[in-house]
Amino acid sequence: MTTVSKPAPAAAASAKQQFLHDAAEHVRDTGHRDFIRRALGGYYTSRDLQQARFRNWEHARDAASLAKWSAVNRLDELLPQFTTRFEANGGRVHWARDAEEARQIVLELLAAAKAKAVIKSKCMTTEEIHLNQAMEATGFSVVESDLGEFIQQLRGEPPYHFVFPCMHVRREEISDLFGKHLGTPPTDSPEELTMIARRHMRRLYVDADVGITGANFLIAETGQISITENEGNARLTAALPRIQIAIAGIEKVIERLDDLAVLLPMLATAGAGQPMTCYNTLYAGPRAAGECDGPEEMHLVLLDNSRTALLADAEQRDALHCIRCGACLNVCPIFKNVGGFTYGTTYQGPIGSVITPHLRGLAEWNHLSEASSLCGACTDVCPVRIDIHHHLLHNRRNAARTSPSRIERLGHRLFAAVANRPWAFAAGGWAFRKTLWLAKLLRPPPLSAWLATRDLPPAPARSFRSAWRSRQR
Amino acid sequence: MKIALFIPCFVDQMAPQVGLAVATVLERLGHAVEFRSAQTCCGQPAFNAGYQDEARAVATHALKVFAGAEAVVGPSGSCVAMMRVFYPEILAGTPHETAALDLACRTFEFGEFLVKKLGVTDVGARFPHRVTYHDGCHSLRELRLRDEPRQLLRAVRDLDLVECDEAESCCGFGGLFSVKFPMVSTAMAEVKAGSLARTECDYIVSSDPSCQLQLDGWLSRHQRRPRTIHLAEVLAGTAS
Repeated sequence: MTTVSKPAPAAAASAKQQFLHDAAEHVRDTGHRDFIRRALGGYYTSRDLQQARFRNWEHARDAASLAKWSAVNRLDELLPQFTTRFEANGGRVHWARDAEEARQIVLELLAAAKAKAVIKSKCMTTEEIHLNQAMEATGFSVVESDLGEFIQQLRGEPPYHFVFPCMHVRREEISDLFGKHLGTPPTDSPEELTMIARRHMRRLYVDADVGITGANFLIAETGQISITENEGNARLTAALPRIQIAIAGIEKVIERLDDLAVLLPMLATAGAGQPMTCYNTLYAGPRAAGECDGPEEMHLVLLDNSRTALLADAEQRDALHCIRCGACLNVCPIFKNVGGFTYGTTYQGPIGSVITPHLRGLAEWNHLSEASSLCGACTDVCPVRIDIHHHLLHNRRNAARTSPSRIERLGHRLFAAVANRPWAFAAGGWAFRKTLWLAKLLRPPPLSAWLATRDLPPAPARSFRSAWRSRQR
Repeated sequence: MKIALFIPCFVDQMAPQVGLAVATVLERLGHAVEFRSAQTCCGQPAFNAGYQDEARAVATHALKVFAGAEAVVGPSGSCVAMMRVFYPEILAGTPHETAALDLACRTFEFGEFLVKKLGVTDVGARFPHRVTYHDGCHSLRELRLRDEPRQLLRAVRDLDLVECDEAESCCGFGGLFSVKFPMVSTAMAEVKAGSLARTECDYIVSSDPSCQLQLDGWLSRHQRRPRTIHLAEVLAGTAS
């Protein structure tokens, strides 16, 4: 098995060319594909076990979906409500229209705090806005405290999977990585590897001026931020530095504290096959008078970055329900075969293929919607019932309207014209059958793409319609 | 009951024996079967590619062809899903909306029709082989058929039904996906066909000729056994 790492982008390639290139490279690495499949095998078992503990998993999906649906459809009401309560608790909300504004807000907060060192817990929204690069370019030292993210940071790679960032990395590679960067002796014990990272990290929490976290849910009713994690690193990131900055998309708001009763177990079950994530914390503002710990300042950056455009699309609005559990990636045959880096996006897998065209432009990213057999495994597992695979069809339709491929459109028009004339269709079918042997010899595209890896049976002597005519005589 | 056969275009041209087997089974159960020769394609290739205007044109032709049929039965979960699920979607808000909904209610996948509409699981077939069943994604997730084909297979004499460990994984066909992203499509075929082959079955039974094309294409290229067979052929007892 070869070591898989983020491929260097080929010069001047379009996102689609890059995808095709990386996918072809990746599927050749059968060792890696087996590694990913095996890694997910354990997840399926524990996910099924935990789902079975729900009295009715399908009803829980309804409830979770409804909680998100009602919040997403009332963002105009819930976001101001959340903001008022969060600020009443002593926090401060900053609104960012796009990635650039969000980065500026964070950089200004860091500058105002005269910060030098930043520690971060896992937050995909910061990946989306490329915050680390901006902070490092400005001269701040930034350390990821989530173990998987820390490993990816040392490797100089983005996350491979938005829940399991380093699922593609083998234990020996982590040991070597730690040896190289931290000078630790080799080990193949996962516990020891965790302890190495933990020992390295302790001092950094204390030294950091600012802790940057994400947010899983923003509770409008109470103005609290809910963060769910397995390592305790987000708690330390939020609690030890002087200043906490949380960054979240506007779709993270939910109406009631009670909604967490269904959303947290569903996130844990769908995301990692756990009954509950190990640490579930609600952050309700900075250290108040008389309290002995907590940050002096708590900021929340609320990011739009095209989410309101998605909100305006009534057909695909439910894509904003996403709680980033990653369940759709874990069952996706495309993800399992092309790997996380091939997508070239912050959010990989089926949900990424749905939302990336909205976040970054349909013309350039529609190929992700095309790169699907539409099997629907994603939609079946989504805990908040996003109609994922049908949205891929919606993206394809929208792209065919706004930026059609001329040759493809011509092909479909021709096909439709023939299909509407039964005599022409029958004649076309006859010609297809009679010339298939020749086509197999000449291999014109797209037949060539099929024949490169698969056989095609010889055409039968008679079509069904001809055989049927004889049968009825 | 008078049943109109819905023969998908590639069954017409590449797998006529499947259409004939469907007719054989339905007739054996005492039903009259007709083939309306003006039928062409369901329009799924254009629909899946996003070209809905073109798909709509093909769909309205199909509505005309199957107008008035008591039941429309086809040997492909995928093409039936196109009519059942997606015709009403693409024709919503057009003058054809009602006709589309009407056709959706009368159109059935072959195995589904036997079990859910006719209430038959034992059609009197014998097939002395070890088989595994490949779920086509459209059958499984658009039509929600999982048990129906298996009920039919369990009732076949001397047939040994085994499950593979990737039963619900996609074969990777996906229509134009198979040639637009051939490397991904092939990798998926490799996973699925590998899993099916590990059951050491004599036949892979499927309700989708398009999945059969993909699986057989890969198995044949890699000189691996077994091959696929359509559920209708097993039930017709025309192949053994």
